[in-house]
Amino acid sequence: MLYFGILKDRFGCVEEQVELPGEGNVGELLGFLRERTSNPSMSHEAGGANEQLWRSLAVAVNREYAQLYTGLHEGDEVALLPPVSGGAWRTAC
Amino acid sequence: MLIEIVDGPIGAEAIVAGMKAGSDGAVCVFDGIVRDNTRGRKTLHLDYEAYREMALEQMRGLAAQAVERFGVRDVALVHRLGRLTVGETSVLIVVASAHRGAAFEACRWLIDTLKKTVPIWKKETFVDGVVWADGEPFPAEFAVQRKGTQE
Repeated sequence: MLYFGILKDRFGCVEEQVELPGEGNVGELLGFLRERTSNPSMSHEAGGANEQLWRSLAVAVNREYAQLYTGLHEGDEVALLPPVSGGAWRTAC
Repeated sequence: MLIEIVDGPIGAEAIVAGMKAGSDGAVCVFDGIVRDNTRGRKTLHLDYEAYREMALEQMRGLAAQAVERFGVRDVALVHRLGRLTVGETSVLIVVASAHRGAAFEACRWLIDTLKKTVPIWKKETFVDGVVWADGEPFPAEFAVQRKGTQE
């Protein structure tokens, strides 16, 4: 697993190995990670911000954008990508 | 096609000069630079980071698509990473084409699409705090959780 941008801060790491029980897909991996990071003591507001982040991210498997049903295999490189902000300075809206 | 991610300053003039060929009637340049504020909040610097290998592959794909969709002759896409201060170039896009219309359209499409799909992020350091820039929502085909889908 690779984490970028704000997700590095949320997960507290840049990369890690994750072991899934058996063959899985991206949806199952996300479920596993959400379960692991869910914090019952989190305030309603912080929980909402977290939910927003989970809903907005994209996943890359072996450097290509993937979908929830994309299958995962031993040794795959999976990256969680928050909304990107490259290029020129974002226009204020 | 010149597709690069660099860690130092982007030499815009040399890149633009190197893109010109005899059959071109237009070279359209987009020079994205660091602004001194966001909604009035004063900016000190930006730190850009990327999923480097994937970003390069995405940029190569965009350049090839631009050539095919708009019929332009050549494209240069260069993005800089690391700490940038106000006025410095973060991204340079150069499109060379026989005619100006295609060059303008391709250039606009390239920066708009790059900002939504190429995995690069920036952290903004203001005089009074640090935040990760919000980013643009992913196009529907790239988002894993589409609007309205149930988990």
